[in-house]
Amino acid sequence: MGYVLEGKSGNWEVVCGLEIHAQVISESKLFSGARAAYGGAPNSQVSFVDAGFPGMLPVINRECVAQAVRTGLGLAAQINLFSRFDRKNYFYADLPNGYQISQFAHPIVGTGTVEIELQDGTLKNIGITRLHLEQDAGKSMHEQHPGKSVIDLNRAGVALMEIVSEPDIRSPEEAGAYLRKIRQILRYLGTCDGNMEEGSMRADVNVSVRKPGEDFRTRCEIKNVNSVRFVMHAVEAEALRQIALWEAGEEVRQETRLYDQARGETRSMRSKEDAHDYRYFPDPDLLPLVLAEDDIAQWKSKLPELPDAKRRRFCAEYGISFYDAGVLTAEQAMADFYETVARGRDARLAASWVTGDFFAAMNRSGATLENPPVSAAHLGGLLDLISDATINGRIAKDVFEEMLESGKAADAIVATKGLRQVTDTSAIDAAVASVLALNADKVTEYKSGKDKLFGFFVGQVMKALAGKGNPALVNEAVKRLLG
Amino acid sequence: MSLTHLSIKDAAAALAARKISAVELTQAHNNAIAALNPRLNAYITTTPEPALAQAQAADARIAQGNAGPLTGIPLAIKDLFCTAGVRTTAASKMLDPFIPPYESTVTAQLLAAGAVFLGKANLDEFAMGSSNMSSAYGPVENPWKRAGSDAKLVPGGSSGGSAAALAARLCLGATGTDTGGSIRQPAAFTGTTGIKPTYGRCSRYGVVAFASSLDQAGPMARSVEDCAILLGAMAGFDAKDSTSAQRPVPDFQASLARGVRGLRIGIPAEYSVAGMSDEISRLWQKGIGWLREQGAEIIDVSLPHTHYGLPAYYIVASAEASSNLARYDGVRFGARVGGEDLIDMYERTRAAGFGAEVKRRIMIGTYVLSAGYYDAYYLRAQKVRNLILRDFTQVFDKVDALLTPSAPTAAFGFGEQMNDPITMYLNDVFTVPASLAGVPAMSVPAGLNAQGLPLGLQIIAKHFDEEMVFTVAAALERAAAFSHLPTVRAA
Amino acid sequence: MSLEPATVRRIAKLARIRVEDDEIAPLQTQLNAMLDYVAQLGGVDITGVEPLSGGAQMAMRLREDTMCDGAIAEQILANAPDRAGEFFAVPKVIE
Repeated sequence: MGYVLEGKSGNWEVVCGLEIHAQVISESKLFSGARAAYGGAPNSQVSFVDAGFPGMLPVINRECVAQAVRTGLGLAAQINLFSRFDRKNYFYADLPNGYQISQFAHPIVGTGTVEIELQDGTLKNIGITRLHLEQDAGKSMHEQHPGKSVIDLNRAGVALMEIVSEPDIRSPEEAGAYLRKIRQILRYLGTCDGNMEEGSMRADVNVSVRKPGEDFRTRCEIKNVNSVRFVMHAVEAEALRQIALWEAGEEVRQETRLYDQARGETRSMRSKEDAHDYRYFPDPDLLPLVLAEDDIAQWKSKLPELPDAKRRRFCAEYGISFYDAGVLTAEQAMADFYETVARGRDARLAASWVTGDFFAAMNRSGATLENPPVSAAHLGGLLDLISDATINGRIAKDVFEEMLESGKAADAIVATKGLRQVTDTSAIDAAVASVLALNADKVTEYKSGKDKLFGFFVGQVMKALAGKGNPALVNEAVKRLLG
Repeated sequence: MSLTHLSIKDAAAALAARKISAVELTQAHNNAIAALNPRLNAYITTTPEPALAQAQAADARIAQGNAGPLTGIPLAIKDLFCTAGVRTTAASKMLDPFIPPYESTVTAQLLAAGAVFLGKANLDEFAMGSSNMSSAYGPVENPWKRAGSDAKLVPGGSSGGSAAALAARLCLGATGTDTGGSIRQPAAFTGTTGIKPTYGRCSRYGVVAFASSLDQAGPMARSVEDCAILLGAMAGFDAKDSTSAQRPVPDFQASLARGVRGLRIGIPAEYSVAGMSDEISRLWQKGIGWLREQGAEIIDVSLPHTHYGLPAYYIVASAEASSNLARYDGVRFGARVGGEDLIDMYERTRAAGFGAEVKRRIMIGTYVLSAGYYDAYYLRAQKVRNLILRDFTQVFDKVDALLTPSAPTAAFGFGEQMNDPITMYLNDVFTVPASLAGVPAMSVPAGLNAQGLPLGLQIIAKHFDEEMVFTVAAALERAAAFSHLPTVRAA
Repeated sequence: MSLEPATVRRIAKLARIRVEDDEIAPLQTQLNAMLDYVAQLGGVDITGVEPLSGGAQMAMRLREDTMCDGAIAEQILANAPDRAGEFFAVPKVIE
């Protein structure tokens, strides 16, 4: 049994589907030549087309189409050679034309699938219903001015991909995992930066509840949730609200709601209440979007390796665990970093260093992979010194710390600090003899059966060798000289 | 001959030969407008000073020997074309304060060709109408009068200001737009000539939209040749309009002298509608005779869905208009009426800013797109539209052009046909099918009715064959030798 | 089909046009006349006919992705009936 919520009347199951709005990475907007990137002074990234001036006309951006197709391919989805743009008519202050250009009847991408992984390692497929291209709206701000709402149209007309899932999600955890997975795929593809804080990715969350085995009950849509955590909270909060309603003998009304992150609850959205008749019809300013198989093949040939494939390849090629492979492929840049370190080296050792000391150093310094605390080449150099027995693992940790401090390469640090491993057996034997002589009482105890003292002798020898002794040779010498 | 009575062709020749100056020519028109526009109301906005400045520049250009085809030619611009720095109202209170910071592609091309803009011509509000009675700036008076009567007649619509200005000699040429007949019907009502080109021939960029899938800019003038000259400058591919056709612009003037010998001219049976006046029927027969005499083969054809053109048109055009006019919300430009909240502001702004006919069309368009009615109205109308297109496609396998009347009546009086909107809509019965199909069509004056009012004939050809339209229109024009003048006109 | 006064009000609301009570009846008459007129389309056999949505019979051209517009805030705002600094301003909205 999966995730259930206990009510007074028994167990409830959550049914959830997500509509993810992802801003397309492009230079210019979907239907105008104005800048698409986030930021900029108010209304400074707006053309007359974006502002819906009289006589202005949309002209579609080829790159936005390509990005939608790439995303569709990344979601293992059907690409529709024929699609079309419709107008979705409603009035709102930040919707300059009084309609949003969207794809209602004929989306550019059809059904697909995404695999998500849960905490316990379970894999699950979530169906994709469709992906369509549409325009983003501008931004209304209600708190900036005492008596007025003010509007910035910089975002108006930026291309959005709306990715609609099937109602296959059954828990807050699945909702979070799904959103993270979509974000990961889009970032790999370079079709959306996935920056939820800046609003370039946000989700409308459809939630209903039902008794196990029942058909779907009425759902509510929670608009514009802007983090993975809030999506998970919103699913749970909304499910609990609906359960309480059903159990009180009331009906759940189909409506649009907002997630109030301060209160951790959803509430009805007044401004959307009467906007239900969108009067979709084909936009007469645009023509059907007809794609050639050749274009699609060309875009497909240039797709990067996607996270699922990369993860499986890492397991096979580098012999690392599925879990580690997942961690290392979370981000394209991370995977690239790992591969640079691992290629031609002990890939498992590389994985343990990257996920261990390197990650710890990243977290401590707050650095990013664009500007890592230690370069992949330097980390690889350190692993080379371990592998060829120039230094031992213990010394390697110190060298790594020194690399973080100084930015120098491992071999330079080892050379200047004289950290080469001691492999000279006569030197090791001399150190062992000296330790045993200084600890005659403990030698006696050891010989009378206190085996645990073996480690003590090894430690003392390593200390005498300033940590640089070859661990295998030291072990062997201690054992031999203790007789 | 008076400067205001010149054809564009003759004016251009006189300018090129330095017999007249562009400043003289423009001043003559400015004077005529000052004298007659207060009565006719053909222009909403006049721009005499900028026009003179443009004329001076034109004279300089001519002196340098690099005149364009329209250098120094004074034109009226329908006030639906956005003109940079010059108020553009679409004859609506909604846009009363609107000064576009940009120029429409068509007017930009005319300016580049050297044209002088005299002002912004009156029209039905947002180009919705067939009489010019719906302008927020008052109706336009047709310069033509019924014999023995001083009653005010409408110039047709929506390009009624352009047509009246042409007829009264208040410009040498004009721009119009045609969504369901808005160039051809006023041309017919004023004894002038106008062509609706193929959909996609002229850019819609910067033209205030009424119904995007039907709107098409075109020239209006006093001769077929002048229309050909103007269209040559107005037409052409524009990357800023997704529906603009990527095709070369032919030499339209070259098609005028080709003659109709051997051409197959179709006479569609369905255009003999009940209630059509005998005068119109007789004129049509006369036109058929003229073409036959010049060697054309006359073929009876059928466009079986013609009858459904008007209802399909009113659904499609109103639906598109309801959406196109949603941007007039008092937020970014135009008029605003304050309200308690955003929705109240919208509702008050739009109630005050739009006139009765515009509101009716927005509401009917909203209704036919709304949930539960889309299939029965809008979708069905689109299918009928396809059948109408099919009618034309099939008939153009058999004939080179069609000849029909332009309008079912001559110009009517102020206040007539105003009782219910449907009667008014019937004005467009002959023009709407070509609009729905997107094919080029032109009205040429062919004679007068018994009351002395002009009547027009319409020539329709297949997509992007404006040359065929011009060839047939020129043949009709030669035969008709229409030289009558309206009662109200500049000297 | 015949429009009821309530439908006239609903359409006006959807179209965001304020309609006073005394305007409802005449509007209802006019809109019904238009609907009666277009009802004749019901007589056309449209079996198997595809809808024709646009005026042009071609596929859409795609524009190259270059930034070539915008950075004209003052022109964008110049016609605004109300503004607050670099923003358009409207009556306060409560979400």
